[in-house]
Amino acid sequence: MVIRGKVHKFGDDINTDDIIAAKYLVSVDAQELGKHCMETIRPDFSQAVSPGDIIVAGNNFGCGSSREHAPLAIKGCGVAAVLAKSFAAIFFRNAINIGLPFLESGDIDKIKDGDVIEIDLSSGIIRNITQDQVYKTQAFPEFLQQIVHSGGLINYIKKTVKKN
Amino acid sequence: MPYTIAEKILLKHAGLKSIKPGEFIQADVDVALANDITAPLAIAEFKKSGFKKVFNKNKIVLVPDHFAPAKDLRSANQCKVLADFAQEQGIKNYFEVGRMGIEHALLPEQGIVLPGDLVVGADSHTCTYGALGAYATGMGSTDLARAYIDGKCWLRVPASIKFVYQGKLKPWVGGKDLILYTIGQIGVDGALYKVMEFCGPVIEKLSMDDRFAMSNMAIEAGARAGLIAPDAITKKFVAGFKRKPKFYSSDPDAVYEKTYVWDVSNLEPVVACPHLPSNVKPASSLKDVKINQAVIGSCTNGRISDLRIAARILKGKQVARGVKLIVFPATQKIYLQAVKEGLAEIFVKAGGIFSTPTCGPCLGGHMGILAEGEVAIATTNRNFLGRMGSPKSFVYLSNPAVAAASAITGKITHPGKI
Repeated sequence: MVIRGKVHKFGDDINTDDIIAAKYLVSVDAQELGKHCMETIRPDFSQAVSPGDIIVAGNNFGCGSSREHAPLAIKGCGVAAVLAKSFAAIFFRNAINIGLPFLESGDIDKIKDGDVIEIDLSSGIIRNITQDQVYKTQAFPEFLQQIVHSGGLINYIKKTVKKN
Repeated sequence: MPYTIAEKILLKHAGLKSIKPGEFIQADVDVALANDITAPLAIAEFKKSGFKKVFNKNKIVLVPDHFAPAKDLRSANQCKVLADFAQEQGIKNYFEVGRMGIEHALLPEQGIVLPGDLVVGADSHTCTYGALGAYATGMGSTDLARAYIDGKCWLRVPASIKFVYQGKLKPWVGGKDLILYTIGQIGVDGALYKVMEFCGPVIEKLSMDDRFAMSNMAIEAGARAGLIAPDAITKKFVAGFKRKPKFYSSDPDAVYEKTYVWDVSNLEPVVACPHLPSNVKPASSLKDVKINQAVIGSCTNGRISDLRIAARILKGKQVARGVKLIVFPATQKIYLQAVKEGLAEIFVKAGGIFSTPTCGPCLGGHMGILAEGEVAIATTNRNFLGRMGSPKSFVYLSNPAVAAASAITGKITHPGKI
């Protein structure tokens, strides 16, 4: 799966309260949550996103709460993928489980806000179209790719549970 | 093969012959917990999946605590989703307002989680139960929906990091200070994807309430779990519960990715400054920081011993002019105990409020939102930008003694100064 989009750059330790503030957790609707994505730290973010854009961030992206509303809000505002130096563990599994594409990369510092990049989830290759650079990172382990390819955890489980 | 306590619990629940860090496993859960924010999403996913009955109605726990008692119409509708699902599926561990408490204080109190359990919760502070020697970890709503279907969860076996605390704690220093100090040392991703195992002579003397405060904040260092091996203190706590606990401890030659050994004899009460739990400084160095609100409670520090500490400081004193003191016990049982012991009266006479159990203030939900420019000292667990209200407000995290002392002076205060 290849995703191409414009980069919105963020720093380290972007937490789930930054991604979606608790006051909006009275909804489970991705579109509605998306309107308030990153509002605390970048109030105009949801308007600045064009469908297919990519978030590029530093270490520990998604730290804090277990709220799945965070990856849902990111998806809901039109972001197609997240690239970060590292992800907090619960955000990591939530993104896998709901099928929000993401990759970890050590080359984040080379990518600038506004760059257009292309990421290939199955090979782990990131192309920076703007800067004409290629970065290589590790693709997901097989098990996680299976969940993503099934369209999320529940679809994956439905196959295996029925088999049993 | 030698194992850590975390590995032993995971091995048992995965039904495998051996496991090692980095490996993916499918494990059977003993308890699957969700609240009024995360359960509606889990229930919606479960219903969408086409499965009709949950795998085991006795292993599912639903606690409306975040925006409960319902703060507005939309919260009321979310809480009702839990009540309806509990009714439909025959889930007895549903706790209605009036019987509920903050989930991570309520479950150990009710004997719902026990040592040796594998607990998954759609709440990041599920790691609190590590204090009992359970492998307890926060997950998302879809993970919960999956557990509702087949009683399992997927896990990547984490490596463990050992934290050894030596020496003797000074007065007014407790579990909250130990965990804040630890996060200050290793950073908010210092234990990313890892298990933290707390041990040493200081931990062995720590009360269960202080241990819960420590394990509660393991997530604030990025950890999957924060474990303490069960001992006589744990065994006393769980004695009398219906279900049988299983006590695991790490093998002497178990493998740790890293070991930290700290002598904490000189540790002072500490405070995490805005806007990260790792921004830790001695309380005494912050005496010029004025506060507008002091919040004592939460899944970190809303237990009876926390309230006793706060009351000891506030007894016969007055909250400073311009400061709001909000005390919220974590469960109905703690609430009643605080009333019986006269603690509630001390808080009210001091000029504070004594609230029904709720997560409300901690996450900027209700019962004490901060206005623009306001500063709070709170015994909660997160001080992220805008966590308790306005993005232009400031949250300092401390133990209950520091929060109580600060309420009296109106500035961040070492409790020894009162």
